[in-house]
Amino acid sequence: MGINLVMQEYEVLRNEAKCIGCKICVNQCANNVHRWDEDWQMIISDDKYCVNCHRCVVFCPTGALSIRKNANDFTFNANWENRHIKNIYRQAQSGGVLLTGMGNDRPYPVYWDKMVLNASQVTNPSIDPLREPIELKVFLGRKSALNEKDEVFKDDIFPWLELDLPVMFSAMSFGSVSLNVHKALARAAETMGTYWNAGEGGVHADLKKSMNHTIVQVASGRFGVNPAMLKEAAAVEIKIGQGAKPGIGGHLPGEKVGQEVADTRMIPVGSDAISPAPHHDIYSIEDLKQLIFAIKEATDYKKPVAVKVAAVHNIAAIASGIARAGADIIVIDGFRGGTGAAPQAIRDNVGIPIEFALAAVDQRLREEGIRNEVSIVVAGSIRNSSDIVKAVALGADAVYIGTAALIALGCHMCQKCYTGKCNWGIATQDPKLVKRLNPEIGARKLVNLLTAWQHEIKEMLGGMGINAIESLRGNRLMLRGIGLNKKELEILGIKAAGE
Amino acid sequence: MKKVYVIEDFCIGCGTCMVYCAAAHSEYPKDLLKAFKLSSLKPVPRLFIEEEEGNSYSLMCRHCDEPLCVYSCISGAMFKDNRTGVVKVDKERCVGCFTCVIACPYGFIREGSENGRSLPLKCDLCKDSFDMPQCVEHCPNEALRYGEE
Repeated sequence: MGINLVMQEYEVLRNEAKCIGCKICVNQCANNVHRWDEDWQMIISDDKYCVNCHRCVVFCPTGALSIRKNANDFTFNANWENRHIKNIYRQAQSGGVLLTGMGNDRPYPVYWDKMVLNASQVTNPSIDPLREPIELKVFLGRKSALNEKDEVFKDDIFPWLELDLPVMFSAMSFGSVSLNVHKALARAAETMGTYWNAGEGGVHADLKKSMNHTIVQVASGRFGVNPAMLKEAAAVEIKIGQGAKPGIGGHLPGEKVGQEVADTRMIPVGSDAISPAPHHDIYSIEDLKQLIFAIKEATDYKKPVAVKVAAVHNIAAIASGIARAGADIIVIDGFRGGTGAAPQAIRDNVGIPIEFALAAVDQRLREEGIRNEVSIVVAGSIRNSSDIVKAVALGADAVYIGTAALIALGCHMCQKCYTGKCNWGIATQDPKLVKRLNPEIGARKLVNLLTAWQHEIKEMLGGMGINAIESLRGNRLMLRGIGLNKKELEILGIKAAGE
Repeated sequence: MKKVYVIEDFCIGCGTCMVYCAAAHSEYPKDLLKAFKLSSLKPVPRLFIEEEEGNSYSLMCRHCDEPLCVYSCISGAMFKDNRTGVVKVDKERCVGCFTCVIACPYGFIREGSENGRSLPLKCDLCKDSFDMPQCVEHCPNEALRYGEE
């Protein structure tokens, strides 16, 4: 074997003056960091297994624990950062692809933070949302006929998704997350008058009653797809790509495929669930059109069909193709979007920021005169209410939140989703760990989060003197850029602050 | 009467209830750190966590309508409070024979001692120091419910 060159990432600091030896840390750590030692008659912590998920820190009743980054840095080298050296040690040891979870953690610029919003002063009145109604309702779907020449659909009313606020829960499959996460998302979506996306892998039988608030996914593995599910769902999303790993498929390892996951995905227990990188029946916009219309046929043209793609270099042209293929909703997932498992090299280096993708797509669809034929939903690290307002001002109809929802459920962003040992009961199928997430508490927290954001969005809209979110859409005059160069401003279609 | 009920689906067996239970019945009911660090006697929880096949349950005295511990008590120390329905021990009368420990069909009474005297330790729903049983108040996963059946 030889010595493992990878040093521990974190140190567990236990304040012995406060530790009462209750062993809660011992039984809460799925990574076996803490153990009771009979000889020492105290709790010993094996730092090397710690993933910094803070489960023990939060659960310690006396606050005796804290986790620190291991201070043992290598000699400073701006080029050979610690992470490069450590990754080489890891790969030299394992010979494998480095896996990771959650979204891109590299310090790329976050353009939401380089845009500021407007407010009314003197020349136009602001609105107080506590005194006057402000409308956040949006409708997702085609707002007009396919095109002028298309006689068949010219006079049809198209199916829409009605959202009470422009936020939905993004696709996270049962398998990658636990059933209790799905339950919490479904309940919260129902309460808030919005939708949750079940991801690829179907909808568990327990959640059938919430199907009218569920968006189901048809992804490259086609797991869990059946005509009944498509008909019951509120909408169907064809997943082409995911922001965290554009061009990459998915692989749910067999050990996570228990009876429940197997039944929902309609695959044998213990078998690997492999979603291929491409849809093997989609090699062109025409092929995509066939699938879109196959789904529309299967659902009697009563459900909007969304197509989800990762934000990549030619996203504007791709989105235009998707719109022309007949999709009702285009979902664009930016490169900071989360994942349950992705190769680190892909997650950190592939794709483009959602802000640029959104601006480019909205602009392109407007120029081509087809913006009204499709709704745009953006995903990929929407962190707070102002991100949502900025996204809408850039042209989005609504946003998806995934990571933010998981954080509300207790996720501490340790990026170890792929291990299946999520101490917070989120990214795991271990029954003991899944129990740790009480869906009632989870739903309550999600509802609180969305309610809080709803208030904040209304405050921001009111400040701008706008009383309906529909009036903000694509209103880029409400945005100004800070610290952006000319090209960036041009792509975002906004003026610089002070202009 | 109001009792503590466990919601099996959400009990994660973390033991937080035990910690707060032990502290609530110690010399410093309202200070966890003092309870464990300064008490002359080691704080002992009144409840139990049972685990089987990956399931865990936080369990404590059911304050039975037909309390066998009360019926079996040889000194009349164990009694059911007529007003609250809580089954309690009168420390003055208890002789420490632990017949109640044997009589409890659930095994929810612990053998304990106080100042050198044997004494049964059992759940009193924290009636002496708190409005809410401390196990319920501090359960991190809301797996314990205090209420009517």
